[in-house]
Amino acid sequence: MAELTRSTVGRKIFMALTGWMMILFVAVHLLGNTTVYSGWINAYAERLHALPPLLWAYRLFMSVVVTVHIFFGIQLTLENRRAKPAPYFVKKHLRATFAGRTMIWSGTVIGGFLLFHLVHFTLQLIFPEHAANRNMDSAGRPDVLGMVIYSFQHLAVSCIYGIAVAALFLHLFHGVESSFQSFGLQSDRTQRFIVRAGAVAATVVASGYLSIPIAALLGILK
Amino acid sequence: MDLFLYVWRQSGPEDKGSLEQYQARDISPDMSFLEMLDEVNEELTREGREPIAFDHDCREGICGSCSQVINGIPHGPQEKTTVCQLHMRHFRDGDTIYIEPWRARAFPVIKDLIVDRSSLDRIIQAGGYVSVHTGGVPDANAVLIPKTDAEKAMDAAECIGCGACVAACPNGSAMLFTAAKVTHLAMLPQGRVEAARRVCVMTEAMLREGFGNCSNHYECQSVCPKGIKVSFIAKLNREYLKSVADKP
Repeated sequence: MAELTRSTVGRKIFMALTGWMMILFVAVHLLGNTTVYSGWINAYAERLHALPPLLWAYRLFMSVVVTVHIFFGIQLTLENRRAKPAPYFVKKHLRATFAGRTMIWSGTVIGGFLLFHLVHFTLQLIFPEHAANRNMDSAGRPDVLGMVIYSFQHLAVSCIYGIAVAALFLHLFHGVESSFQSFGLQSDRTQRFIVRAGAVAATVVASGYLSIPIAALLGILK
Repeated sequence: MDLFLYVWRQSGPEDKGSLEQYQARDISPDMSFLEMLDEVNEELTREGREPIAFDHDCREGICGSCSQVINGIPHGPQEKTTVCQLHMRHFRDGDTIYIEPWRARAFPVIKDLIVDRSSLDRIIQAGGYVSVHTGGVPDANAVLIPKTDAEKAMDAAECIGCGACVAACPNGSAMLFTAAKVTHLAMLPQGRVEAARRVCVMTEAMLREGFGNCSNHYECQSVCPKGIKVSFIAKLNREYLKSVADKP
């Protein structure tokens, strides 16, 4: 294990593994969020919070995952910068994508957003008077839907979410495909397909998340 | 044809170095890129100036000595071609050409366009060999190797160790080079025996030499004069996982 955390390939595998745990979270979180359209989100949120030990165990697990991903991400980036001290006067990128070259920055934006998101919807401190925990719906459940709609009708809040979704798109655009390479699951035959699948996955996730603030701004969500 | 050149000049490892402008006059489109530099050097020598130092040896695309980043691309604009095999017909009269050395911490500049690539040799020294006793020369077909394996090994063995992959990599990583050597030996029965140890010690040596980590940009594959593919890096990653899983 200690060897894995020092090795160049081992750390890549840690990045991919923790990356996938977050991808799964992001996908399930998106599926959960789409209940805003059917109006079931209050019931969904209530069920989710019905088992505090499980919820906290998962939160703890994800904190470890995020920490490992951030730690190795920063460590590898610093090592890579040191390995290329002098820049070229002229440098053409033939294959490296913008998304791939800016992983550390899209990651930083997502990390910053994560803190904002927790303060906003988990601690509910941004608009305390509209916090779901204080306002109950007709069935006596915390009114998550009302809180979401109220928040996203503020253009500034929706913009913050828009920027974060853009960063998530870039991060997944490179990350999904890259993880297959790190796990050694790529071959000459499958590579083109996996590159496309990564782009499609990033697009689906980004449009799914973006649709919610847009729907709130347009007054579609009720 | 006449060309404007911006060439990296650096008198020694400690010198800061800078780009200097030169003119290449009356260049034939049939000349190779190195012959064009020879012409420029002839003129510099005639003028009593220091000629441009650059690496070269076979000049037929197999030794891996020539190492120049031309207009931002290691080995220049033509795909799967070393600098020595790049011809001036790919440029136009009046073109401006930037010529820089390979840039990476593991490749310190010795002089002008010449860099020290012995770090690649040390990766090989760490484990890029077969040390088990393989006996005398076997009879033909005595050791059966599936054709697809033999071909994959030969594709990997095409690597000439020029270091263009490192020069192109935004992280200065030598992963494509290391992966080619690891795959080449792991695909064949004689090399298979030590595959698990090899992949560990060679990747360790890569980091020790100051190369960066691979972050799957695939820039290396685009500039490799021998068309070494990044699927070999996936193969290296598999070999590494196998070595970890099989550890006694």
